[in-house]
Amino acid sequence: MSEQPLLRARGIRKSFGDHEVLRGVDLEVRRGEVVALIGPSGSGKTTMLRSLNGLEMPDAGTLEVTGGPSIDFSRPVPNAQRFALRDRSAMVFQHHNLFPHMTVIQNVMEGPVQVRRVPRAAAEGRAMELLGRVGLAEKRDAYPRELSGGQQQRVGIVRALALSPALLLFDEPTSALDPELVGEVLTVMKELAEEGWTMVVVTHELQFARAVADEVLFLDGGVVAERGAPAQLFTNPREQRTRQFLHRILHPLD
Amino acid sequence: MDWQLVADSFWPLLRGGLTGTIPLALVSFAIGLVLALVVALLRLASNPVVSWVGRAYVSIIRGTPLLVQLFVIFYGLPTIGVVVDPWPSAIIAFSLNVGGYAAEVIRAAILSVPRGQWEAGYVVGMSHARTLRRIILPQAARVSVPPLSNTFISLVKDTSLASLILVTDMFRKAQEIASFTSEFMVLYLEAAALYWIFCTVLSFGQDRLERKLEQYV
Repeated sequence: MSEQPLLRARGIRKSFGDHEVLRGVDLEVRRGEVVALIGPSGSGKTTMLRSLNGLEMPDAGTLEVTGGPSIDFSRPVPNAQRFALRDRSAMVFQHHNLFPHMTVIQNVMEGPVQVRRVPRAAAEGRAMELLGRVGLAEKRDAYPRELSGGQQQRVGIVRALALSPALLLFDEPTSALDPELVGEVLTVMKELAEEGWTMVVVTHELQFARAVADEVLFLDGGVVAERGAPAQLFTNPREQRTRQFLHRILHPLD
Repeated sequence: MDWQLVADSFWPLLRGGLTGTIPLALVSFAIGLVLALVVALLRLASNPVVSWVGRAYVSIIRGTPLLVQLFVIFYGLPTIGVVVDPWPSAIIAFSLNVGGYAAEVIRAAILSVPRGQWEAGYVVGMSHARTLRRIILPQAARVSVPPLSNTFISLVKDTSLASLILVTDMFRKAQEIASFTSEFMVLYLEAAALYWIFCTVLSFGQDRLERKLEQYV
């Protein structure tokens, strides 16, 4: 692991109207590292994730991405910086957000061909290789609505991978799936982690976070209430609110 | 019913339809759609002044009668020294009119595309403009086919107003033959029947287009 973090966010703050969703969050991600953001709904974890690629513009704080821009959110952020930031990352959404009017292969090739100007043949070869890896090569000409939820989400992951981003962002990628389809998506994500992709994952799948993450951040009320290695945080949390949260998730009927 | 008169006047009327009504509707609709897209984007702009311009345009077009708009252009403009021939007058008036009505349809269709589609476009690296063109408009087009078809069908019928500014369309032909023969009932019913046939054919076309576009949504 290199010394210099791939991504360093400091003091990220964001309000929606009167409601302060993020109240000064720090986050560092090293190359090849998997960071999981967990916490109750409304804790600000999704807003934090969306701030990392400029889908949400924080009110204050700084963000540096290696090979990308260094942004101070307390000043107006020029479009060029916003694009440079998005260039470094790709996001997998909770509701896949595949383009419904394009086939699977068109969805995957859209970014590389239209934005990165990769020649069509090269982009197609890469797209097919990635689709093959998640077991969806034969679905290349299907439209998103013809796929199961798990297949749609795997295409969503491939669309992100095709951009060859330095950083993969996952926004609760399995929350909208039927329970029996969750496994196929988590399996792909686990393989990506093992291949060394740098990932920030907002998730409710604590088992996954425990097995795959290098670091877990527990957000509550817009701040990082506790952070640590999964083994420590899940088995021996220091904070009372972490303990309560884990108990609610693991023993919902108590 | 004087069937001989119906038979004799059928071809002149149909020719008026094919050389007057239909081209007038098609050309005005094409120009109007482009205008409507521009107005819809103005209305959606975050800049309040720009958005106000779009809103004012829609308000004027929808708040004044089409016949009055036609008369302002054809009979009104010459009094301030701008003389426009019948055909260009009609095309200008109908295009402006379609621009106002279709702008609202297109605006609603753009707003109906989920926010996540914009975000997905941004995430694959696209600018706002490119996301609009590649991701949002194709989906909005599907949604706007039924209401835009209605706009077009209305337009086909509204072109009969052009006969009042001397455009030789189907209805003007009917008026000419009617005043010559004094068979007003026969000629106007015949014209009505032809308009009905045109619009019915268009409705079939609309159904087919919708089914085709449904394939991927």
